[in-house]
Amino acid sequence: MILSNKQKGYTMKFITIDKNNWTKGIDKSRETYQLFGPVKDENGCLIKKLDSDVQPDMGYYESVMSAKSVLFPQTEKILSASLDESLEDHHIMKRAENDYSPRAVLGIRPYDAKAIALVKLNFDTKEFQDPYWCDAYDVTVFVGLGITRPGPFDFSTSVGTGPFCEDDLDILLADLDDHYLAKILTPKGDAFAITCGFDTMADEKESQVLFDILRKEAEKNITSRVEINKLKDKTILDLHEADFWDDLAFSCINCGTCTYVCPTCWCFDIQDEARQKQAFRFRNWDTCMSPLFTRHATGHNPRGTKVQRVRQRFMHKLKYFLDKYDQGIMCVGCGRCVKSCPVNIDIREVCNMMNAYEKQN
Amino acid sequence: MNTCIKKIRELSADLLEKGEVEKVIGFAKGTIPMATSPIAIQKKQDVNKLVFNSTCGLNLANYVSKGKGKIAVVTKGCDDRNIVTHIVENQIQRDQIYIIGVPCTGMVDKPKIAALFEDEILEFSEDNDTLTVSSLLKTQTLKKQDYLKGNCFYCTHKNPVLYDVLAADLVEEQKLDNLFPDVDQIETLDEDAKWNHFENLTKNCIRCYACRNACPLCYCPTCFVDESDPQWVGKGQDKTDVNTFHFLRAFHCAGRCTDCGACVEACPMGINVRDFTRKLNKDVLQLFGWEAGLDMIKRPPLDTYRPEDPDDFIK
Repeated sequence: MILSNKQKGYTMKFITIDKNNWTKGIDKSRETYQLFGPVKDENGCLIKKLDSDVQPDMGYYESVMSAKSVLFPQTEKILSASLDESLEDHHIMKRAENDYSPRAVLGIRPYDAKAIALVKLNFDTKEFQDPYWCDAYDVTVFVGLGITRPGPFDFSTSVGTGPFCEDDLDILLADLDDHYLAKILTPKGDAFAITCGFDTMADEKESQVLFDILRKEAEKNITSRVEINKLKDKTILDLHEADFWDDLAFSCINCGTCTYVCPTCWCFDIQDEARQKQAFRFRNWDTCMSPLFTRHATGHNPRGTKVQRVRQRFMHKLKYFLDKYDQGIMCVGCGRCVKSCPVNIDIREVCNMMNAYEKQN
Repeated sequence: MNTCIKKIRELSADLLEKGEVEKVIGFAKGTIPMATSPIAIQKKQDVNKLVFNSTCGLNLANYVSKGKGKIAVVTKGCDDRNIVTHIVENQIQRDQIYIIGVPCTGMVDKPKIAALFEDEILEFSEDNDTLTVSSLLKTQTLKKQDYLKGNCFYCTHKNPVLYDVLAADLVEEQKLDNLFPDVDQIETLDEDAKWNHFENLTKNCIRCYACRNACPLCYCPTCFVDESDPQWVGKGQDKTDVNTFHFLRAFHCAGRCTDCGACVEACPMGINVRDFTRKLNKDVLQLFGWEAGLDMIKRPPLDTYRPEDPDDFIK
């Protein structure tokens, strides 16, 4: 396990939370935190902002969409300006007033927190810090829920995370029927637990043993895996020119499903809109599957064909990212794209194909 | 339908061997239960990759495009009507395409089956009208008829209308007193309730455009939502923009939609996009006596003017 910066220098501890006290504690935290969590409706389960009367659905099996929207909403107002020329500062874009009061996202899958850590590599670099994402990240507490019954599409353990992975979480919960055992991993997590009034200490040694057992048991139940060991040594050009892309791309309809359900896809588009005397700049999720993603103002499109776009998605996730950051592939093995792709393009197969590819001379 | 795959493979192998077609477009087995994937077979030895079963809910007319050589395509009744529509709309020529028609007994509603299980489905098999579905926690035997996709439930064109060869015997078409009970129900709602119905319908839309891209009708070189000069519609999650996409797309399909249900099949968010298109299908049937894709000669109603066309809307 890699300790994230926020986890460094903090001595983790364990507490138990009686489920009878859970709702009361969560409700108490609403005075300080905006809450996000899993919500089920007739179309499945999503990670959403919780209205004051909505409880997180901690028993959910899977969520169609990941938790990435908590820090990176599909549409986010980033700048605004007045178009009223009688005002001195008309037409001057200023940062939009977004709410950066503390947030907590409850019950997310550990691999979704790992995904946030991967997205962070892009949004928070030495050179550039995306202010919207970073400000949201700084105020957010990530409360994960260990996965005791991994699904058949979960291949998280072969890509560096897992059902009880602690990376980038502030608190990791284990569901033990009538109570949660909570591992507090950061001062941020500690502050959240205190706000909820959750303070029943648990024995550290025993709790860690229990966590280890749960983790091993859950990891044993993961049967799906990918091979990534050879990707690093392949050359970009060889993979780029591999012979499988045409067949692979044939079925693709070039919708944005895989990129939107993906917890690690972070590409966005900037749009300006004006309403009466107000102008706004928004950023929206974008998708490399769309021809518009790369179309130049001249009309030229360097990625004008479907096969080029499909190749781009997999090359970015499984090769360029790996080469650039040396932190593994840009995939946490959640399996959402495998399940949601309308034509069943399966990243596990693509990954294995790329890993096994040998150039024919 | 269980035996037709043998015939589809034989026919495909024969066509490829004789060089009559460049490729055969059909369905391949998916990597997960209840999934199939469109595939283009170019070599005779690959025909065993083809499958056909009740999970082939996408529309293969979407994979047929203008090209130089002749291609073969495996079609259900609805895919077939979209091939006819393609020909009528001059997207392909009749002699460019070899149609392997499959009389269809209906496709299954995957989300409806998945909803029966608390955990993930691990196995799915079918034997005529019996489906056997298993997860880790349980196995259930289902009657296929009870788990048909919404569009298959109301389908009156299971048999292909245009084909070069059939992969199975024709099936009996169902006779329905009312083709549109679902639309009737929405029509009875008062204005506010109707508005709420559609607002609620699109509330989870992520604008991935899977519905549009799975639709054989959506072949515009640049869709109006992707037009950037001028830009017709905002690209974010503003409700008005989201709904503008859905409304305009539906209207663009008026008199052309075969209710194949590929849009709903493709939607990752479980939105019943057909609530939009079916109202228009009903109107076109009532006003013009027209169902799309049944006739290669007649011009579609929105293509032509007849003096007797209804004009009650002029007040």
